[in-house]
Amino acid sequence: MPFFETNIGILVIVVGQCFLVLLCVLASLAFIMYGERKVWGLLQLRRGPNVVGPFGILQSFADLLKHVFKEIIVPTESDKVVFFLAPLISFVLALIAWVVVPFDNGWVVSNINIGILYLFAVSSLEVYGVIMGGWASNSKYPFLGSLRSASQMISYEVSIGFIIIGVIISAGSLNLTEIVLAQKGDYGMLNWFWVPHFPMVFFFLVSALAETNRPPFDLPEAEAELVAGYQVEYTSTPYLLFMIGELSAVLLMTALITILFFGGWLSPVPFLPDGFFWMLSKMLLFFFVFSLIKGLVPRYRYDQLMRLGWKVMLPVSLGWVVFVSFMAHFKLLNYARW
Amino acid sequence: MLDNKNTDKNTLTMNFGPQHPAAHGVLRMVLELDGEIVERVDPHIGLLHRGTEKLMESRTYLQNLPYLDRLDYVAPMNQEHAWCIALETLCDIKISKRSSDIRVLYCEIGRVLNHLLNITTQGMDVGALTPIFWGFEEREKLMEFYERASGARLHAAFFRPGGVHQDLPTNLLEDIFDWAESFPEKLDDLEGLLTENRIFKQRNVDIGVVSKEEAIELGFSGVMLRGSGVPWDLRRSQPYETYSEYKFSIPIGKNGDCYDRYLIRIQEMRESINIIKQAIRKLEHTAGDDVLVRGKFTPPKRDDMKNSMEALIHHFKLYTEGFRVPKGSIYSCVEAPKGEFGVFICSDGTNQPYRVKLRAPGFVHLSAMERITKGHQLADVSAILGSLDIVFGEIDR
Repeated sequence: MPFFETNIGILVIVVGQCFLVLLCVLASLAFIMYGERKVWGLLQLRRGPNVVGPFGILQSFADLLKHVFKEIIVPTESDKVVFFLAPLISFVLALIAWVVVPFDNGWVVSNINIGILYLFAVSSLEVYGVIMGGWASNSKYPFLGSLRSASQMISYEVSIGFIIIGVIISAGSLNLTEIVLAQKGDYGMLNWFWVPHFPMVFFFLVSALAETNRPPFDLPEAEAELVAGYQVEYTSTPYLLFMIGELSAVLLMTALITILFFGGWLSPVPFLPDGFFWMLSKMLLFFFVFSLIKGLVPRYRYDQLMRLGWKVMLPVSLGWVVFVSFMAHFKLLNYARW
Repeated sequence: MLDNKNTDKNTLTMNFGPQHPAAHGVLRMVLELDGEIVERVDPHIGLLHRGTEKLMESRTYLQNLPYLDRLDYVAPMNQEHAWCIALETLCDIKISKRSSDIRVLYCEIGRVLNHLLNITTQGMDVGALTPIFWGFEEREKLMEFYERASGARLHAAFFRPGGVHQDLPTNLLEDIFDWAESFPEKLDDLEGLLTENRIFKQRNVDIGVVSKEEAIELGFSGVMLRGSGVPWDLRRSQPYETYSEYKFSIPIGKNGDCYDRYLIRIQEMRESINIIKQAIRKLEHTAGDDVLVRGKFTPPKRDDMKNSMEALIHHFKLYTEGFRVPKGSIYSCVEAPKGEFGVFICSDGTNQPYRVKLRAPGFVHLSAMERITKGHQLADVSAILGSLDIVFGEIDR
């Protein structure tokens, strides 16, 4: 029996794959952060990072070093264990989600058949990092921030869930690879789910912004009110872990939009080959959109955010599930692709 | 102080500031929150107190002038203006038309400086990060105009009793005119980010409403008063300088909310541009005239000092001993960008004021914070604070 078919061999392969994905994700986060700051720089008529390395491209690594070498300050009144557990939870959960994301046909660490459910579960758990951080700091600003965050993430997860259910009904599978393959067809980008699920693309985008605490829904860390929300008491590496976790969650959302509505690694035009390149460029495009939004919009107030979540997003996405179920049941307009 | 064990109410007492990104300087507010609803706001001031009024009692009238710059450092020359007008009235000095027009020009530049900072920080208080960068680009240009006239970007000390310190350098007027031509477009860009933005409107419309009667009762002035629909502007109601010769309109609001105040500030900037252009045209006619009334309150011409012993002695005496102001007291005020900025001088006939009282509009507005904010949400505190247009230099003095 060859080595790679033994149990140990498989373990080695899986661990290797995990490390590869981890490394790629973390490295790309550094450049994504740099790119995002450059976008804001352009938007705000300034240069953005341009000192460290050529065009400032190494800025994120300088920031990393800075954070790592800073002194860790622990508030005396805090709950020490939970205080350090919180950023770890944020960080770890944001990274383990990547295990089911297919970057190309077969390029996935764990091709489980409930992929989307797993993603959903992991991203729901992310709220724990925030709420624990805010609670353990034992300080008022973080506490308010984490309370807001908890209610916000829960509210928008509901609508995200319904939007995803619509896509699942169309694709007939919970497996992310299958969802992408269901969008393959002779018409390239017109076969993707963004056409039949058109309004839901925007709803998903908005919910994703809210889910990842990005502007205009960045209430948990609303600078003008709560200074930095649940992160107020954090310094150094724990703070860095929160930041990485947050950014990784944003990137994951771009991957999800790409996979659910924009055909993952599929080529937008029929005659070009599919591949990882498409996945990457679509993700970058959506990340660019995320960055632009951050630069352009003011912030919602807490009650307005809740109103939007429960009175607009939820009914519409729920209605859409009913609509898609109807269409799929009677096999109308290619809504059911199974 | 932050303990409410003794109260039955289940409220959260929170410190908003003094180190807080939205506190506009060094304001500390003790908030009492019921959930997200604000039950009580208690502004604590004095963290930037420098004792300006007391310090002024031991300095000559001319030495006191730069202190005025350091009050509302967002629009320095407007404060100097009140001081100069007060002295000119007390000493009965008539200043030349040219210097008066230069003052009008720079007061309006100050107004744009102030409103640009205010609307963009108001944007930032509700979470819009980009406007402030766009606004600062323009402010930088205006500060350059300050620098070219006075030598200092911020603390100009340019207006003097008897006129202005120096005539404007060559080409400055043309450059200001070019800027005034291009600025409305920049303002449109800025408005594009905020004015019709749904989120910005949701955060500002019907927030911090002050009724007409309330505004008068609370002693508001400037935009805060006009936002509530009271057409009161000192430039119009008791014109000083040459304002009566200028054509401009005074925008007033209807609802008295944060959004109205924002709109008024935008509109006032457009009016200021008009006034700036008119002033430049007027100044072209008076080119070459002296900008200081030469006499015992002002220094002699440089040229005279080379040839006349008396002029040299006068120069020396003026900058060491200063000038004496007749016995009496005076209150004079100007329409500073933030509202009515007033100076009360009590003179005992010496070269130093006996007592000075400065009326800072921001102080009055801030003291109404509790009244305006009560019952709003926590997030509205910063939105309202932004629309009050607070600068701590003048409030704490």
